[in-house]
Amino acid sequence: MASADPATRWKYLYKALSKPGPFSDEDWVPGSETISALESSKVLVIGAGGLGCDILKNLALSGFKDIHVIDMDTIDISNLNRQFLFRQADIGKPKAEVAAAFVEKRVKGVKITPYVGKIQDKDEDYYMQFKLIVCGLDSIEARRWINSTLIGMVDFENPESLKPLIDGGTEGFKGQARVILPTLSSCIECQLDMHAPRPAVPLCTIATIPRQPQHCIEWAHQIAWQEKRKDEPFDSDDMEHIGWVYQTALERAKQFNISGVTFQMAQGVVKNIIPAIASTNAVIAAATTSEALKIATSCNPYLENYMMYAGEDGVYTYTFEAEKKADCPVCGNLARKMTVDPDMTLEAYIETLGERPEAQLKKPSMRTEEKTLYQRFPPQLEEQTRPNLQRKLRELVQDGQEIAVSDPAYVIDFRYRLIFS
Amino acid sequence: MADAFPQALAGPSSKERRYDRQLRLWAASGQQSLEDSRVLLVNSDGPWGKQSTGVTGVVGVETLKNLVLPGIGGFTIVDPAIVTEPDLGLNFFLEEESLGKSRAEETCRLLRELNPDVAGSSHAKPIAEIVKEDPGFVSRHQLVLISGPIQRSSLDMLCTAAKDNGIPVLYTRSVGFTSTFSLQLPGVFPIVETHPDPETTQDLRLLNPWPELDMAGARVMNLDSLDDHEHGHVPYILILLHYLDKWKRSHNGAVPSNYKEKTEFREMVRSGARTNNAEGGEENFDEAVAAVLKSLNPFSLRSSLREIFEMDECKNLRQDSAEFWIIAAAIHEFYKKDNLLPLPGSLPDMKAQSADYIALQNIYKTKARKDIEEVVGLVRSIEARLGPRPAEISEKDIEIFCKNASHVKVIHGRNIPQIDADARTTKIIKSNLTNSDSIIPLFLAFQILDDIVTDIQQGKIPDESLDDDVVWNTRIDRVIGVITSDNPAEIDEGARERIVQATQELRRTEGGELHNTSALTGGLVAQEALKVITRQYVPLDNTCIFDGVRSRSEMFKL
Repeated sequence: MASADPATRWKYLYKALSKPGPFSDEDWVPGSETISALESSKVLVIGAGGLGCDILKNLALSGFKDIHVIDMDTIDISNLNRQFLFRQADIGKPKAEVAAAFVEKRVKGVKITPYVGKIQDKDEDYYMQFKLIVCGLDSIEARRWINSTLIGMVDFENPESLKPLIDGGTEGFKGQARVILPTLSSCIECQLDMHAPRPAVPLCTIATIPRQPQHCIEWAHQIAWQEKRKDEPFDSDDMEHIGWVYQTALERAKQFNISGVTFQMAQGVVKNIIPAIASTNAVIAAATTSEALKIATSCNPYLENYMMYAGEDGVYTYTFEAEKKADCPVCGNLARKMTVDPDMTLEAYIETLGERPEAQLKKPSMRTEEKTLYQRFPPQLEEQTRPNLQRKLRELVQDGQEIAVSDPAYVIDFRYRLIFS
Repeated sequence: MADAFPQALAGPSSKERRYDRQLRLWAASGQQSLEDSRVLLVNSDGPWGKQSTGVTGVVGVETLKNLVLPGIGGFTIVDPAIVTEPDLGLNFFLEEESLGKSRAEETCRLLRELNPDVAGSSHAKPIAEIVKEDPGFVSRHQLVLISGPIQRSSLDMLCTAAKDNGIPVLYTRSVGFTSTFSLQLPGVFPIVETHPDPETTQDLRLLNPWPELDMAGARVMNLDSLDDHEHGHVPYILILLHYLDKWKRSHNGAVPSNYKEKTEFREMVRSGARTNNAEGGEENFDEAVAAVLKSLNPFSLRSSLREIFEMDECKNLRQDSAEFWIIAAAIHEFYKKDNLLPLPGSLPDMKAQSADYIALQNIYKTKARKDIEEVVGLVRSIEARLGPRPAEISEKDIEIFCKNASHVKVIHGRNIPQIDADARTTKIIKSNLTNSDSIIPLFLAFQILDDIVTDIQQGKIPDESLDDDVVWNTRIDRVIGVITSDNPAEIDEGARERIVQATQELRRTEGGELHNTSALTGGLVAQEALKVITRQYVPLDNTCIFDGVRSRSEMFKL
């Protein structure tokens, strides 16, 4: 079929880009220059799942022509209630490839390049080629990684090195979209405590005094599996494994007269499932891509810098400017204050770092300016620093002293100033 | 409990696996309501003058996408338009091969691919024609979605037909970076499962324990005699009951009632913790201390529930009253007895030995069960009084109502708002216009667009009017006249300027959609559709405006 005049096919988009609005910048030049800037912008989409499918569709229908997408996952049956680019027959195939091929076929003239793998596989040169990055992830860890990578890439001599990061996230009927201009605006790390992890159930409760059905499931998953089937790696996608955890949890619950263990709950606890629906994803994905269009074309002001949405009770959104924090471990230059109990052992302190909303570090190693407090790798150093684990914080650091914490999940060090409570 | 066992070995069915992530939000009952529903989408209503397609209808199709995926029973698309080039630059559910074909048929075909369990059909005729031939057409659906702007006559016809048949309507317009939609609910719309934050529904009755709970508290009277392990595992509920008893003995039987007394009481609890241990305190006492301010409040009936009790539907039951009102009336009777609602019966997790916690949990569960039985009894006597009804109200429904009683909600449905139809609507718009932060001017811009499109469709003005300053300015003046009862001085120059700006933003695309705005709005509208169909969570009451320029939205009761 002969391709039509783009001005006919993209009639409404081109109108919006060819006519100034009451809120577009006075210096903005509407018309062909803006349109070609949009069409030559290379964008990266991180995640081809619930948000990613919508983001790819929206970008393709917003006039972007060169889109890249990264996702390491394969398609599962539970994706089909919202990830509309996938069908029953696609189960088991890589999300990035199936999504890219679908959108390329449907929207003529767009090129979508998939990469099946982790964002950590790619280096700065790779990220440098994009005009902007849109993120639809369910992992805080991956967000923190790309955030710190993009901030590390900023070279003040080269404006092109600043890559706007537009991030979306959802949970059930709620979600948020945010625009991050690395080093200039509040970043993912500045906002970390707004997305606190759920508090973990203490191990002693799971091991000895369960009270809730979830405690019995955790026991079956964490303790019974180790005892009974330790030679088989646990696979949360294997229905037989989940079934075993469910049955074992049911037995334990019966023993303690606890009611309410269900298969669905077992699966939810073991896989840490977050409820997800098509409609919330549609809202948040489009919120991010609308910002992408505005940033790429300057046709209207972009979001500064956070919009949250809650749909349980009416339609509620709240748009505000999250603050950039001077003591942000990634984009600030001051160490972040952290109040600690000086009588806590280093081991106990390390455990709290996983749960503290402002840290959320699972495998930290740490040092002061003078000495290493605890180092996980290499093994010799681990052995050498291990005795410190049993010592109290007051024996290791002074009130107000700064420590540097590293974690294998991130490229940077986190600086904290420990204040004794 | 009962449903935990039968599927034990089989695991979830493939349907449960497909819908797992949403079943966690609205459960099997919500899913069933969804599967029993058929949605009608009126996606355009004929050409705008020489512009053959009229409304581009992306927002309607995007809404359906978000309903087909979670498994709505079926959908019907009414859209007389033929697919043209500009559709392909906007609508994901069309392809090159769709050019020149019926848009209704093509979007229906590509939407159906999303979920083999959903039935879809299409009609390539204007809605007025269809209804003329088949007057029962609208009534065969459970929800009507309309993509505007649409001729006023068609809108009025659809809204009336829907209202007469008790069907909700969502009327949506999406243009450029902005959109608005309104929900018309038929009459009063009760919701039992509003899914409030669990924290807000907690009812522990510590200030007015029933005898069994009181007795459980009395059993731990001698905390000092407990060894350290036992002391560190007394559930905080019992710790609080213990100290409340102690407090009452020194305060003439009164409980701590104001902030000062509660803080004092909290210190009393805090001082009971043993600190001669490695942790320097006890977790259960920490929990007790943290609960003082939020758990020691006397019960008071929420105003929304008080209003429900006072409504005519609740006070004057009829033989054909909806089940909601019969249960509500029974709960009102229950409430009148000792100013309490049925106990929800849930207990938060807390530091405790397994057996002690379960025993305490059983005290709450048993009381909740007893309250439910009492309400069931009240319902049965109301049923007997009213005379034969098609079926007895199920105990399960009464139980769900009892558990949610404090947060049930009734929305009083309102018509799709029109500025010239209702003085109340006009008044709210006027008062919001004075707020320079409000995006209400966008609603007026959409009203003007509706007006212009109606006139174009009726041949009163040429289709070039869509981009004619004179036409727009005349209508801005007219709208301001309506709002101010022909006294334009009532709103200031700033308000007028904001209306003009809103129309300018709308005019950038000459009535056309941008995909992002329609995708976002399609998500919001689908969300409301899901809430209305499942009767879970709380739907919009009644108008939402989205401003994609400033990335924000606002709700209005118009």
